[in-house]
Amino acid sequence: MSGPVLEARGLHKRFGGVHAVNDVSLAVHAGEMLALIGPNGAGKSTCFNLLNGQLGADAGEVRLEGRPLAGLKPRAIWRLGVGRTFQITATFASMTVRENVQVALISHHRRVWSFWRPARRHFGNEADALLAQVGMADQAERPCGVLAYGDLKRVELAMALANDPKLLLMDEPTAGMAPSERIALMELTRSLVRERRLACLFTEHDMDVVFGHADRIIVMNRGSLIAEGDAAAVRANPAVREVYLGSGGH
Amino acid sequence: MLSIRHLDAFYGRAHILRDVTLEVARGEVLVLLGRNGAGKSTTMKAIMGLVRPAPGASVRFDGTEIAGRAPHEIARMGLGYVPEDRRIFTDLTVMENLEVGRQPARDGLEPWTPERLFAIFPNLARMRDRPGGRMSGGEQQMLTIARTLMGNPRLVLLDEPSEGLAPVIVQQMAEAIAAVKAAGLTIVLSEQNLHFARRVADRAAIIEKGIVRWTGTLAALDAEPDIKAQYLSV
Amino acid sequence: MDFILIQFLTGLSNASALFLIASGLTVIFGVTRIVNFAHGSFYMLGAYLTWTITRALWDWGGREPLLFVLAILFAALAVGALGALIEIVLLRRIYRAPELFQLLATFGVVLIIQDIALAVWGPEDLPLPRPPWLRRFVEIAGSRFPQYDLILILVGPAVLAALWFLFQRTRFGILVRAATQDREMVAALGVDQRILFTGVFFLGSALAGLGGAIVLPSQSAFLQMDLAIIAEAFVVVVVGGLGSVPGAFLASLLIAEVQAFGIVLVPKATLVLVFLVMAGVLIVRPYGLLGRPQAHARAATGTVEPVIRPAPAILGWAGAVALALAAAAPFFAGPYAVTVLVELAVFVLFAASLHLMMGPGGIVSFGHAAYFGLGAYGAALGLRFLAVPMEAGLVLAPLLAGLFGLVFGWFAVRLSGVYLAMLTLAFAQIVWAAAFQWVEFTGGDNGILGVWPSDWARGKAAYLWLAIVLCIGATLLLRRMIHAPFGYALRAARDSELRAEAIGLDAVRIRLGAFVIAALGAGLAGGVYAYGKGSVFPTYISIPKSIDALLMVLLGGVQTVSGPIVGALAYHTLFLTVLQAFAWWRLVLGLAIVLLVLAFPQGIAGFVRQRYERARGIEGA
Repeated sequence: MSGPVLEARGLHKRFGGVHAVNDVSLAVHAGEMLALIGPNGAGKSTCFNLLNGQLGADAGEVRLEGRPLAGLKPRAIWRLGVGRTFQITATFASMTVRENVQVALISHHRRVWSFWRPARRHFGNEADALLAQVGMADQAERPCGVLAYGDLKRVELAMALANDPKLLLMDEPTAGMAPSERIALMELTRSLVRERRLACLFTEHDMDVVFGHADRIIVMNRGSLIAEGDAAAVRANPAVREVYLGSGGH
Repeated sequence: MLSIRHLDAFYGRAHILRDVTLEVARGEVLVLLGRNGAGKSTTMKAIMGLVRPAPGASVRFDGTEIAGRAPHEIARMGLGYVPEDRRIFTDLTVMENLEVGRQPARDGLEPWTPERLFAIFPNLARMRDRPGGRMSGGEQQMLTIARTLMGNPRLVLLDEPSEGLAPVIVQQMAEAIAAVKAAGLTIVLSEQNLHFARRVADRAAIIEKGIVRWTGTLAALDAEPDIKAQYLSV
Repeated sequence: MDFILIQFLTGLSNASALFLIASGLTVIFGVTRIVNFAHGSFYMLGAYLTWTITRALWDWGGREPLLFVLAILFAALAVGALGALIEIVLLRRIYRAPELFQLLATFGVVLIIQDIALAVWGPEDLPLPRPPWLRRFVEIAGSRFPQYDLILILVGPAVLAALWFLFQRTRFGILVRAATQDREMVAALGVDQRILFTGVFFLGSALAGLGGAIVLPSQSAFLQMDLAIIAEAFVVVVVGGLGSVPGAFLASLLIAEVQAFGIVLVPKATLVLVFLVMAGVLIVRPYGLLGRPQAHARAATGTVEPVIRPAPAILGWAGAVALALAAAAPFFAGPYAVTVLVELAVFVLFAASLHLMMGPGGIVSFGHAAYFGLGAYGAALGLRFLAVPMEAGLVLAPLLAGLFGLVFGWFAVRLSGVYLAMLTLAFAQIVWAAAFQWVEFTGGDNGILGVWPSDWARGKAAYLWLAIVLCIGATLLLRRMIHAPFGYALRAARDSELRAEAIGLDAVRIRLGAFVIAALGAGLAGGVYAYGKGSVFPTYISIPKSIDALLMVLLGGVQTVSGPIVGALAYHTLFLTVLQAFAWWRLVLGLAIVLLVLAFPQGIAGFVRQRYERARGIEGA
């Protein structure tokens, strides 16, 4: 097996007096779904934002296929092959589903600064192919502003795939979705990860989603990693039971 | 005390609440159970007038019709609202946050003062002049309840008070809710955590997709595993 | 040394009035989220009312200082009451409208008050008679310094202290601070927002009135006070940080001192100096001295911009027919009509260029006239100093405007919403002041005359055709851009900057691109206008001109591609009609704006499109 797609070593981040991320190291491999879990305030979001370039680390480094990401803006990280979905979906509400994906493709092919040929006639087939992959082909003409929440997540996924990424970062992918939608979205993600040999790192609150779909799970508490392993190992880990699962009634 | 009939509510074109009908008796603690997005928060917002109930709805509070009234009028009648996302005034100190909530005392209930609230929420007493923005999530959650109590409400709507809190804070929260109930207030709270609901509530109503599916005591709910599995997936 | 001390004191005394106005503006904005254009009008009314009340009191009881102080307080209270009235009658109905419409409504109030002031007090400047106690001087370091100005120095800190007490120590103040952060939550806690808002409007307006009142002895009351002060107040508020009263205090000191020394050191370039200071502050602190990034104010309802679809074919045909008719006009219409058609072509491009920024870009500029004026002046100055012919002048015009668009836009596109609106307006005022102050170069108020087209284009018909080719051609190019990848990237950056960056789009650069393109378009419009009129004046750059452009876009509907065209035609026609039909045209126009805002919050084209899509069952957003 080759080296990890994403590798973080010794990440630290402080906010004022709070050590939000304390010496976190992790690696994600191609074809793998890695879940990052932990109670609220454990530092998951901060850790996630250190990986995607939204925040700069105080110490430590993040590498994508061996290449350091320090100091790169989110848009530069995207160009290196990192696709993202957000906890609260972010799509272009004034455009149709297909146009959303077309914009991502236009950016990928560096055609933003072109002023003549209508955008609708750029990469229409590629966009339709991506929409077919996420099961949104039949809704391509609908404005994103009127879509159901679960469908917006699918559009986000299609946009994330537009630059043929090596790594998918998904922040609480199923937040705000109905249970049946959750399963469908995670099944879809899983099949894309397998097919395209993507590495996928996601945070999640819904334990059914985590235990049902992650190949490997890492658990954070108070800024540090406290456990790592597959679903059974994490479930059985007493430290995890103490800080997380015990309190939620799951 | 609170009687809701045929309550429908919309966000834009999305139909969030469908014909919600609920009764809350004086002095009881009713918990609205349901998954994320089931309509619990919207029910509370619609009672408070923050989301406009659709025509035909009736919300009676102590016999007075309040559907369609402005939020501040509803609040002044004695309905207190504690939002899910806390909405602390981050620039204001603890004492100033309490001042914003202050409303005149009401007949038959001992008026709330900061000192009386600090007895229930001792953490807050140690940070009277701290800005709300520099408090932890649990402290903010306590402040938002204390702030609402300063309005001397007769009924409090508590939207997911235990959400995102550490276990030790959840414990304190349960005790605080018991203290508020003991002070003679009626409470409607929403929860996803059945464990927590069982500790504080007398009666439950299960909401799913904006519809009230089941109401009864918590003991009765425990006797119906099918209902729990179907709507709460515990 | 003495000179420095005296100028310093002068600066301090000027800072007081500036602080009163800016603090009122900032407090009103903080709570109601309304940028009150009429704030300058309240300042003007403060001066006029003080003039009237003081004279009445002096006629009755002699020219006593105490009666003057009394008059000042009466005037401030009266202006406060008027502000409260306007809030109750007008603004209360539009708190949920887009902020732009609120701004426009308050600009309508500006126009109405201008004509009322003209009717009541007449066009002459009204100086206050100066009894001996107002003419007294104090000996400071060997120089004479007016005693009254010395007293003014104390007013600013005194008001700051009073406001501090009000906001920190009273229930009203605490509620105001809470409402600044989350209005809805304050309401849910039982506070009647209406009283709070009206109270804040009373306070802010009274402060503006007080500001106008205290400058009366040294300035006299005059009709242009309103717009002169509002731009300065915007600069102070932006430099100090939106919503911050202490910030407004610091910024008013800073700006007033810069002006006090600038007027002696670089008399021609005071405003440029102010600009440099503002730019410096914003580079170091983008949200002003004591400001914070604008919290994403909780939107009561998420507004979603509609999907842009290709225009129905019938619209294209209608446009073509209208264009053909316009081009044929010289054969059947009189010279006046042809002149109006040139103006219409110019304004269509002017509005379309602003629309590119406002609609797809979401960048609301309140100073678009700067680029129109720079285009006009580019052509005129090229002729005056380089003797370039019209053909070269029409290239120079957009280039000069585009260059300034690049510089100003570099600052502006990093900001958003109200900050951006205020900053663009301040930039435009600086360009206006340069055209107005720098008489040797620009001819000042007299403008530059004799800007005529080349021989081949001198005929009415030839110039109309030239204007149509250039202006309508450029407008069609802009439309094309909106449908091209660039336009989509621009809308993407507007819809969700987070997502745009996450798919590799550089939102700031894309917006800057739109800003420059819009400046180029406006510059071309300005150039064509200059040769059409044969002259250029500073009024081309004035605030009302910028507002004209905004009105055209809004009247047409921001989120429709055809909106600016429809809007420019409708607005200019309306404007000419009103101008000819009514002596009190500002009053009529102001009322029309207010009524339009109340009736069509989506603009005319937006309204029609909504009807059209609803009738056809097209899914909007």
